[in-house]
Amino acid sequence: MNKLVVVGNGMAGVGCVEQILKHASKFAITIFGEETHVNYNRILLSSVLAGEKAADGISLNSLEWYEQNQIELRLGVRITDIDADRKTITGDDGSITPFDKLLLATGSNPLIPPIEGVKKDAVYVFRNLDDTRALLDRTRKGLKAVVIGGGLLGLEAARGLQVQGCDVTVVHLMDRLMERQLDLIGGGYLKSKMECLGMKVLLEKNTTAILGNGKVEGIAFKDGSSIEAEIVVIAAGIRPNVELGRKAGLQVNRAIVVNDYMETSHPDIFAVGECVEHKGICYGLVAPLLEQGKVLAATISGNKGPRYEGSVTAAKLKIMGVDVFSAGDFSEGASGTDVVRYEDAALGVYKKLTLRDGKLAGAILVGDTADSHRYMDWLRAQTDLSSQRRQLLFPAPVEDTGLDIAEMPDTKVVCGCMGVTKGAIIEAILQRGVNTLAQLKECARASTGCGSCTEHCQELLKAVVPEFQEDTEKFLCKCVPFSEEQLREILRSQRLRSVQEVLDIYGNGHGCEVCKPALSYMMDMLWCGDHDEDRSARFINDRVHANIQKDGTFSVVPRMRGGVTSAKELRCIADVAKKYRVPMVKITGSQRIDLLGVKKSDLPKIWADLGMPSGQAYTKGVRMVKTCVGTDFCRFGVQDSTRAGIELERRLEHLYSPHKVKMGAVGCPRNCAEATVKDIGLIGQDGTWQVVVGGAAGKKVRKADLLITVESMEEALQAATLFFQYYRENANYLERTYDFVERVGIGKVRRDTVYAPLAVQQGLRERLRKSKRLARDAWLEGDEPRHPTQFVQIEPLEQINQ
Amino acid sequence: MKEAKRWIRVTNVENIPLREGRAVEVGGHIVAIFNLGDRFLAVGNRCPHRGGPLADGIVSAATVVCPLHGWKVDLTTGSVTNQPENPQCAKTFPTRMEAGMVFVEVSFANPSVDSTQPGCLASIAQDLSLNRISGEA
Repeated sequence: MNKLVVVGNGMAGVGCVEQILKHASKFAITIFGEETHVNYNRILLSSVLAGEKAADGISLNSLEWYEQNQIELRLGVRITDIDADRKTITGDDGSITPFDKLLLATGSNPLIPPIEGVKKDAVYVFRNLDDTRALLDRTRKGLKAVVIGGGLLGLEAARGLQVQGCDVTVVHLMDRLMERQLDLIGGGYLKSKMECLGMKVLLEKNTTAILGNGKVEGIAFKDGSSIEAEIVVIAAGIRPNVELGRKAGLQVNRAIVVNDYMETSHPDIFAVGECVEHKGICYGLVAPLLEQGKVLAATISGNKGPRYEGSVTAAKLKIMGVDVFSAGDFSEGASGTDVVRYEDAALGVYKKLTLRDGKLAGAILVGDTADSHRYMDWLRAQTDLSSQRRQLLFPAPVEDTGLDIAEMPDTKVVCGCMGVTKGAIIEAILQRGVNTLAQLKECARASTGCGSCTEHCQELLKAVVPEFQEDTEKFLCKCVPFSEEQLREILRSQRLRSVQEVLDIYGNGHGCEVCKPALSYMMDMLWCGDHDEDRSARFINDRVHANIQKDGTFSVVPRMRGGVTSAKELRCIADVAKKYRVPMVKITGSQRIDLLGVKKSDLPKIWADLGMPSGQAYTKGVRMVKTCVGTDFCRFGVQDSTRAGIELERRLEHLYSPHKVKMGAVGCPRNCAEATVKDIGLIGQDGTWQVVVGGAAGKKVRKADLLITVESMEEALQAATLFFQYYRENANYLERTYDFVERVGIGKVRRDTVYAPLAVQQGLRERLRKSKRLARDAWLEGDEPRHPTQFVQIEPLEQINQ
Repeated sequence: MKEAKRWIRVTNVENIPLREGRAVEVGGHIVAIFNLGDRFLAVGNRCPHRGGPLADGIVSAATVVCPLHGWKVDLTTGSVTNQPENPQCAKTFPTRMEAGMVFVEVSFANPSVDSTQPGCLASIAQDLSLNRISGEA
């Protein structure tokens, strides 16, 4: 088998490999990556810096993907040399790897301008995940940060730093921000938008030195002025990484020269991405790199034919509230260029189109980028616009959005980043059963880049899927307008540890009965008690650890693991019921005993008298494991379900979850404890255990899905707890397991839990262990209340003497 | 009988945690007092809906959400804000802070008549059941 070696594990290299795999290639593929991460979406680094996404949330290819495609992945190895004659490459670990075909996808390096003092500690670049992590570690509230470079990357970095609380100044050499994408007027609009966000922008400033003795204290400019700074981020552009191309003796100008087939000057060496130059142009945006990858995949796998003929570049700034789009050539000078312009200074909207020979040559949109897709299509297709000349900036309103989608030709690119056409999306929907946006992302890669085509993808799904399911990624509530997934990432990455802090920074400052308990849960799940527990953000049941009844009294359900009790416990419960005149004592459906009608002020006394732990019957958390008698007495039992149930309850008790979790364990398929309609069920069979999840027997009845069949009780318990933690981390608040499993799909649940790579499983287990270690019986609070009047009735200091 | 009003010294401000409420029986009224950080507000401790204990509700800005069925009561006016077809309201009580104490003004000569504002639906009979909710006096 031919050996294909890829140098570079980034979007261009791996994107090309994905295409090569589609050609049913016969390559043994090895990918070398200098970074230690799987291929991730570099475009989203600014979202990581801004706390909108977690570092591990931007991966594009999982370790599993490499495994499944039998790709040998060598991370953390830098290739230092190429012997083009012998066809080998050398790594900095001393390894020598032979190749039949070599693919260079080495990308680019940050351009460091000649500035004195750039070697100082607090001077950063912003190019990869490690840079981003380093920056995140360094940032704090009030830190004076200067970003050198007012291009796309510089501005996104600046915004990220600002969200982290830094006091940010952007310093730019040119007379306007994003001068490669904007004209002077557009740059002016952008500048005032950035200033509105609260950062300072300095233009036409040539930085000469970074000041400070050892640490960074400021930066100095050529005009003699200087400003204070504690950290400096250099985002002054990129330089193609061509060192290896040179060493291999390839033709290199500004970058490695390739022809229309993406061939270099060596017959067995190919190149793709930011490190190549095609017809004198180097591309630094993702869409062209993926186009190149498609062509190269055909060439390298023996299907030479498709040609790369250059790309129309387009850039979009990804800063919430600052919409900027630019494409093509927007210069006005050349004769025969018509300019169409629209401006509304008060609204901050600026649009400019340039036309040549009745066709669109370039576009700039600031403040309103809704039409960017239309302009991109006109640019790509070189549409003759003579007949539409009066509606270039303001199309006749489309009455039905479905119509717009329907009129779109199949060849139209919907997702510009990943180059996915309308036809490809429809094919995915019809041929591969795609129903949701999440599936579309996984299956067709659409909407996984910058995300600006999400709406179009949604519309297509709505139009084509017979029973379209809206993705459940919705805002938690209007107090904090983020999805729960985003909020979990924000809490995690910003290390926010109190509900009020989240509401103050990301919300309206006061919250409501919907978001406060949800945020409280996230705090507890992420920080396992190592957070500022704010009882005012909790529902009353979680303030006093009892279930409020219609008359304002409470119910008390002690834990009775597996529904097994003793004479001593029963006597104790009876004594309590009598002593506190409990109006009703009831056996519950979950094999426990409920004491109903208890006054709030009696709760701590009752808990103390009972001496049993809380059964958590009042909260979104681990309720119980219902069991049958198993093998001890039952003549049909084949597995010890009672012991399994008690053990499962012991491992999970005192933990909280997005919604209540009711479990069951049965010793034979007769299913006497109804394990098949529980959130988690263990079903004993002769010689095996089935672990089932997502069952329901409430308002809705749903038979649980099989998670896995295992041989031993211990394996069953392991699988059950793995699922429990996965549900805890990924379900939305108040989403029962049966809704969660249906939304995510049991296939994905399995892949992410019991069939996940070992490291992923260990991660889930470790986090569960940590939570469990810190979890405690809530009823212990009876002895040590969090607040003096948590349970105590306040007596007024004076009374009216009538 | 003529109705009289009086300011009652209720409790230390620390006894009512920030953004929480506590029920106190004052002159025959069960009053729910809320700590909003910059001020204290008080309403009758029964939801106009089914008499739920408002003091146990979650505070959202200057409203409280009843723990039983989610009716939202404006603490400044007593009106229910999320049930447009049920224009009912809870009684409000003036409050003030002085020397680290919370004071509530209540009428005392004939409290049962005064337990709801004019136009609001609530019966004296329901009012009596409050004693059970708030626990011991």
